[in-house]
Amino acid sequence: MEDMKEIILEYVIEEYCDEENDDVTFDTPLISGGIVDSFSMVSLKRFLENKYKISIPDADASPEAFDTVNKIEVLVKRFQ
Amino acid sequence: MSNIGSYEKRLEDFDWSIAEKELDYKSGDDINIGWYCSDRICEMGKADKPALIWEGLGGVEKQYTFNDVRLRSNTIASFLKDLGIKNEDRVCLFMDKIPELYIGFVGILKLGAVAQPLFSAFGDESLHVRLDNAQTTAIITQRKHVSKVRKILDQMPYVKHIILVDYDGSKPLREREVAFNMDEAEQVEKFEAFPTKAESPSVLHYTSGTTGQPKGVKHVHYSLISQYLTTKWVLDLQENDIYWCTADPGWVTGTSYGIIGPWSLGITQCVLDTGFSAESWYKFIEKRKVTMWYSAPTAIRSLMKAGNEIIKQYDLSSLRHLASVGEPLNAEAVIWSEKVFGKAFLDTYWQTETGSMMLTNYPGMKIKPGSMGKPFPGITATVLDTKTFEPISETGKPGLIGFKPDWPAMMRTYWRNEETYQKKFENGWYLPGDRAYIDQDGYYWFIGRDDDVINTGGHLISPFEVESALLEHEAVAESAVVAKPDEVNMEVVKAFVTLKPGFVADDDLELKIMNFIRKKLSPLAMPQEIEYRDSLPKTRSGKIMRRVLHAQEWGEEIGDISTLEDD
Repeated sequence: MEDMKEIILEYVIEEYCDEENDDVTFDTPLISGGIVDSFSMVSLKRFLENKYKISIPDADASPEAFDTVNKIEVLVKRFQ
Repeated sequence: MSNIGSYEKRLEDFDWSIAEKELDYKSGDDINIGWYCSDRICEMGKADKPALIWEGLGGVEKQYTFNDVRLRSNTIASFLKDLGIKNEDRVCLFMDKIPELYIGFVGILKLGAVAQPLFSAFGDESLHVRLDNAQTTAIITQRKHVSKVRKILDQMPYVKHIILVDYDGSKPLREREVAFNMDEAEQVEKFEAFPTKAESPSVLHYTSGTTGQPKGVKHVHYSLISQYLTTKWVLDLQENDIYWCTADPGWVTGTSYGIIGPWSLGITQCVLDTGFSAESWYKFIEKRKVTMWYSAPTAIRSLMKAGNEIIKQYDLSSLRHLASVGEPLNAEAVIWSEKVFGKAFLDTYWQTETGSMMLTNYPGMKIKPGSMGKPFPGITATVLDTKTFEPISETGKPGLIGFKPDWPAMMRTYWRNEETYQKKFENGWYLPGDRAYIDQDGYYWFIGRDDDVINTGGHLISPFEVESALLEHEAVAESAVVAKPDEVNMEVVKAFVTLKPGFVADDDLELKIMNFIRKKLSPLAMPQEIEYRDSLPKTRSGKIMRRVLHAQEWGEEIGDISTLEDD
């Protein structure tokens, strides 16, 4: 099974970055770094829910919990 | 003592010449906002005063004095002039909230060109529509956003120059691109600001309507008069204030009150160019000792959501005055802010077209939580009957907000769209498109929009624009877009679609469509929910009845459906 972090990182780069800012790592701040804004977070949350067949309550989908790929992995595993 | 003193007393003897005198302006004089925001402040002896304290990701900091702003805006204006850009040419600012955006804005105005700020999260189609309407000559941008410009460049022969402010030489520049480093360029000591007059165009902001393409709102240099005075009296900026306007200059608040207002008053402002989090915002207020904070209801509600415990970790005692703009500020948020910050956020009501505040709450005036407040002195406001467009004399009766269009910052037209501009007036009143009522004490209370435009997080989204973009997706046969209630953003975009044969209505397709709109238009315009339907409600003539879907979303009465097509 492909590593969850790799899958999420690949998705983030594919969807939210372009050729000029694709040097994102597991620790790159996504929300506080302005790569993913609060509106786009909805689509990232939807991706995680579809991909991992989970439901993330809105109360848990905070900017802090989505701020890095590492943190997102922790969040997803909580709801698996 | 607040700058405004007594609101009632100001009403008695108000004249816009108060601002003209303070700015040493007389009718017929040159008036250049760029000069007022930089050179004039230096001439007043504040050259060494900090104008901009900027903080980026990881706490990276840059500071600029008013003299730095003067020199760098001279340098930018001179650079643009050397490229052949002249007065009244449109120059687009397509950047994050970096110093080049703020100072570039001043430089463009000094040159006499028209500043066209566009939100950096716009997708290529949103960008193209706005650049095309403005027939923009040059775009100032960053590496991280240039790919969106490159994608549409072939369709924009009028764009002569793309100026990259952070070019690092790692990849070759492409067609029409040129590098410019604001801090490293040789600073130009003298640049004669273009002798713009009161009615010379200054800023072109784009806003969305129910139908048609986004409209370019044309403002002029004389707007300074009301932007200066409203900043002084409502935001109450005083000599030693540290001001933080959280708005992005891609939108009108970010220029009227994020650049022009504070800098024409010679006030130090700070900018945080990172994404939102309660922790980073509180930390910023503490670190920068922010005294005046102008923000938006969406942000305030997000802070409320983050809870009160986190606030105790920071020293926010520097705050002395708070205000809000973008959408109605609910009473709960006002009460909450008073409880946790010891100050209530004062709601201010205005819009892109009005250029400056219209209905607001004032320091020293009794606040009624949830109310927009009262008209700014010099503004003739009322609530109009929806059929006759006559002012309603009855207290508490809802109607359309109307303003007599005679304040300095009123838009002068929609760019290349005078016909739509004229439709904004009825009976001599300018109609901003909102409904309200006036209570027995003269306070205005917001009821809602008078059209289908969606106000999400203080930004207006055209349902038409999103519906049109949806139809460009290969799976979508028909679309209808309405506002959906949202706890934080007030409203978000919801789309109803029917699919073409062969496509399966599932979660993966929904996400694909959402991302399609996000990239094409902007994250704000992305539907937060897509509902698949077998058919959409239509009139017998085939027009989709958005209001039926809107009523369903809001749990309201559907109203007259006699024209609804039978299934």
